[in-house]
Amino acid sequence: MNRRKGDTGGAFEYAYKAEITNIYSLTQNEKLYQIQICDPDLGDRFTFKPGQFVMLELPGIGEAPFSISSSPSTTGKFELCIRKVGNLTNFLDKVQRGARVGISGPFGTHFPVEQMVGQNILLIAGGLGIVPLRSPLLAVLENRSRYGQVDIMYGAKSPEQLLFTYQYEGWRRFDINLTVTVDNADQSWDGHVGLITEIIQPRINESASLADTTYAIVCGPPVMFRSVCNMLMDAGLPMGKMFVSLERRMHCGRGKCCRCNIGSTYTCLDGPVFDYWSVMNLKEAI
Amino acid sequence: MIFKVFPKKKLSSLYELLAYNIVVGPILKGTDRDGKSLYDFDVVYGFDELVLGYTSTIHSAKRFVLPYQENLSSFEISASDWQKNTDINVYKPLVFFGMHACDINALNKLDMVQAESVYPNPYYIGKRKSMFIIGINCTPEPQCFCQSMGTDTALHGFDLFITDIGEKYFVEILTSQAFELIKKISGKEPSQIDHQRYKHVSSQKNKLFTTTVDSSDLTKILDLEFDSKAWQIWGDKCLSCGTCANVCPTCYCYGVEENVDMDLKGATKTKTLHSCNLLDFASVAGGHNFRPESATRLKYRYYHKHRGFVEAFEEALCVGCGRCGESCLSDITPAEVIASVRNEV
Repeated sequence: MNRRKGDTGGAFEYAYKAEITNIYSLTQNEKLYQIQICDPDLGDRFTFKPGQFVMLELPGIGEAPFSISSSPSTTGKFELCIRKVGNLTNFLDKVQRGARVGISGPFGTHFPVEQMVGQNILLIAGGLGIVPLRSPLLAVLENRSRYGQVDIMYGAKSPEQLLFTYQYEGWRRFDINLTVTVDNADQSWDGHVGLITEIIQPRINESASLADTTYAIVCGPPVMFRSVCNMLMDAGLPMGKMFVSLERRMHCGRGKCCRCNIGSTYTCLDGPVFDYWSVMNLKEAI
Repeated sequence: MIFKVFPKKKLSSLYELLAYNIVVGPILKGTDRDGKSLYDFDVVYGFDELVLGYTSTIHSAKRFVLPYQENLSSFEISASDWQKNTDINVYKPLVFFGMHACDINALNKLDMVQAESVYPNPYYIGKRKSMFIIGINCTPEPQCFCQSMGTDTALHGFDLFITDIGEKYFVEILTSQAFELIKKISGKEPSQIDHQRYKHVSSQKNKLFTTTVDSSDLTKILDLEFDSKAWQIWGDKCLSCGTCANVCPTCYCYGVEENVDMDLKGATKTKTLHSCNLLDFASVAGGHNFRPESATRLKYRYYHKHRGFVEAFEEALCVGCGRCGESCLSDITPAEVIASVRNEV
């Protein structure tokens, strides 16, 4: 990974000005923001790949990285699903439709959905992990016939914390096996209760050979990566066919502030999407 | 490379030729509690202020290209919209008069990240490109281990580099501006005797290093010793104050803060240099900290400098100036830390 011969230089302080065109409340703590680049000419040039992120800036409040959660086939607009958890996101929780924000990016690596054509895909998400995973999922849905069997396995703490519930029926109609589990259920819940590994196990038991047929995308809290990825590895899936998206603090998104640095690796430049092989060889990554 | 010599008394003429610019050089700042002289780089107002026989400065030259605090942009905010204004803060060319090889090499290393990598940093490049650098050969101090890091000589990153060879200065010239300047002070071709004197000075300097760091295979050893007890021992001593990063000529980590003006009509975005040793460095929104213990943060600093950076840029992010060890309130020196991780103490 010799960075001396870097890619072509990108903009450093430049930000697209963008407008929040719609806000949907998904749960008590998460909202989905539809964002449109204000200048239509710049908007035409704004494209991204599934798994990439943008830096969102609120003047006077701050700047933070967010994974894009919408389909990569649109230009000039995208969706961010944001949990209120810090200064910036608490402020975002209060803004109204029409608010102007600064956007830089898109930054980082992406899930190689082109490489996955012709193969089965396991999409495994825990909690907020469904957010970066929704973009490759939508990319796959739009080209459904090019892929084999698609399985989504999604776990959350409780039913009311499940995100994008209104889309589950739609996803199923696209010939997708969707299995959802929660750690703690209430009386309204008639689905699976338990850890995400419990819903993955039956699926990998029934497959003959994961090695030649399957790719996996795993997004979730750090504690989930190791158990899920090791489980898939035991089932024969090579580490190079498993992709994860890592989360770190970032102040620049451009490989300069070092806040997201893990050893030799900048999560902003070399990630956030990594194959599991790279993560395994990175101390302190997960 | 072009070599020239000029009589020592001509150095002030060289200074005068450059003095219409802002000149920065090593000056005496005071003494420490033991009476030892303390030097630092600062703006110089006359040739006599320069102390070219200085020992390592308190701060490195870093603060002239990566200021401790810098405004990145400002915002004009109205009820429904805002406007962002960016100033990359480049004012006048800066002449650096008398920089040691380690500090020149430190700027070269910073260039790799800030100027030559993906997303070049215009705030850095603007300042760096308008610098004229005169390097000067030094005498190793007890804490110096630049020889171990291969940074005791500078091969690029300066305009001219002078070495005291007795009656004359021996000059290495890298740029045409420097060539013209030396021509103006009647620089001459070095004689065979001058060559001999230069080689003698170099070999004498090499004998004066007392601190060494064995950096051979260090990237692999650091991987092997990730769980070494040494990290815990040093981590327990570390005060997590970030002084090492503050004086380090190559540390460039930073944080950004935005503040709204009192009248709510404007805001500023300010960058402040940070340190991976500070507690909040790897903490994320929601309260999780990827490196909550002092030992993991200290370890991370060594891993970034001697492993990660080597993997990305094929050289370590350390020039062996020894400032971190000198200024450490807990007397933690890189030579000792690396030796203990290699299980040599």
